[in-house]
Amino acid sequence: MRGVFRFLAPRLLRALIAVWLVSTVVFVVMRLSGDPVPLLLPPDAPRSEIFRVRRELGLDRPLPAQYGVFLANALRGDFGRSIHFREPAFAVVRGYLGATVELGLTAFLLAAIVAVPVGLLSAVKRNSPIDHVAMGMALVGQSAPTFFLGILGILLLALKADLFPTGGRGDWTHLALPALTLGAFAMASIARVTRSAVLEVLRADYIRTARAKGVAEWLVVVKHTLKNAALPIVTITGLQFGTLLGGAVVTETVFAWPGIGRLAIQSIYNRDYPVVQCAVFLSAIVFIMINFAIDLLYGVLDPRARR
Amino acid sequence: MTERAPSTSLRPPTEFPDLAAPATISGARARRTARLATAGFAFVLVLGAVAVAAPWLAPHDPTRQALRGRLTAPTLEAADGRARLLGTDHLGRDVLSRVIYGARVSLVVGVAAVVVGGALGAALGIAAGFRGGFTDSVIMTLADAQLAFPFILLAIGIIAVLGPSFPTLIVVIALSGWVNYARILRSQVLVLRSREFVDAIHALGGSALRVIARHILPNVLSSLVVVATLELARAIVLEATLSFLGLGIQPPTPSWGGMIHEGREYLDSAWWISTFPGLVLMLTSIVVSRTGDWLRDLLDPTLRGE
Repeated sequence: MRGVFRFLAPRLLRALIAVWLVSTVVFVVMRLSGDPVPLLLPPDAPRSEIFRVRRELGLDRPLPAQYGVFLANALRGDFGRSIHFREPAFAVVRGYLGATVELGLTAFLLAAIVAVPVGLLSAVKRNSPIDHVAMGMALVGQSAPTFFLGILGILLLALKADLFPTGGRGDWTHLALPALTLGAFAMASIARVTRSAVLEVLRADYIRTARAKGVAEWLVVVKHTLKNAALPIVTITGLQFGTLLGGAVVTETVFAWPGIGRLAIQSIYNRDYPVVQCAVFLSAIVFIMINFAIDLLYGVLDPRARR
Repeated sequence: MTERAPSTSLRPPTEFPDLAAPATISGARARRTARLATAGFAFVLVLGAVAVAAPWLAPHDPTRQALRGRLTAPTLEAADGRARLLGTDHLGRDVLSRVIYGARVSLVVGVAAVVVGGALGAALGIAAGFRGGFTDSVIMTLADAQLAFPFILLAIGIIAVLGPSFPTLIVVIALSGWVNYARILRSQVLVLRSREFVDAIHALGGSALRVIARHILPNVLSSLVVVATLELARAIVLEATLSFLGLGIQPPTPSWGGMIHEGREYLDSAWWISTFPGLVLMLTSIVVSRTGDWLRDLLDPTLRGE
């Protein structure tokens, strides 16, 4: 039990520090970005009205006090009222969360389901045409800018071939292009890492032993290889799940997908601090929780990591 | 405190996913990789030459509007009798000329961001590795915190505050990249620091700065070059992404990301406005990041297992 605690405690501490740092930076950046009150009121609003609204939003208090209030409330899930939507920021963000989760999960599952078998096949059939084509595509997927992949997808698959709608949220046809775009980078990375991890394992002595014993080739690959190659695959997969959150900002903008990434960008333009803070805070927490979960998984998969 | 928990040491950095690949390359393969890396380097040089020589290379003024020649498809002979090899955009501006000029923004911002981010990241990484202890903890906690967060949101926030300009873009992109230099250099310095020659110089009365400047820096230079090349590809893509979101260099200055953004509304009727700058951007990004991979294989195969 003590071992578990010693394994968890530093990671938990680091995760908490990361959440705090992120929230502080967001607070500072948003407060530097100027006064939102003139955006809220008609241009000819009297000064008394401006002061009233400022007081109402707590913007007349000194910055450290605002920061204290922000942190205390954030811990309770209270991010204040949205300046633009005029309802609690948390409720606004929650309303958009579903779309992002739907897109993110689909992209992630798509990436993992395609990439792991492709990487495995590439490794087993090393230097075959399959390997070359798959790895060539992975290279493109990894270095091509996400937003341009999205544009190409819209141009070729939505406008020319008329297979999918160009944007918005609806049935699965709306989901297909954004999920492919968002998942492309993750797919490419997972496939490449899977390939090299499997290649590494295939060289190991116990694989030769298994083959010498007469174990069927598919069993060698599935049982002996995949299990031992799992660690880097899990790591890169988890990491990619995290980076999907960042990619969501761009993908959602390209496809007019009503998720928190697009909401965050629009809220930055509207100087809607509470919504930006809430969206960023929630993404950071999700991201950090995922990293934490990967750490735990590491401990389960590789006893050497538990020190 | 100098020894970090396994979560960071075991976990591969996101930008270098080619991890468990075999680390030895020699003979014919090394020569081929060297040729490829040279070709990649030549590509960057050509792109730089195009950027510098844009006024002589571009067939048209990139900002000159021609309302009667709007949305002209790529043609050898447009209405005015001159070639519009890549067509014209919604304001009648020549797409080819704008793509040529766009290389300037991409390279200036990309290279400057790599220099600034590299200097910052190298300094912090060397400091963390060399000093260890509290300094190391603070720097690496900062790095973890930054990695624990989709940076693009922060970049957008900062640019929204300060307003888009060359210096803002460069600083923001540089800030997004310092962690990658810092982590790699830190781990290398940790190894170098414990080598005998460092102790020997200390014993002879050499200062820490002298050790770093004369002995650490030359030893980590090749890793620095590899990371900087990979970072250049990332910086160019990030600049284009920010320009695409309307937060990069502002019109009428042509930038690839901005052109893709402008052409987005005309995809149906005038596909060439977005597609050509996008293809050039994609090609640049792929070639530069591959060059980084090849350089890594040549200069420092150990980075793969990093």
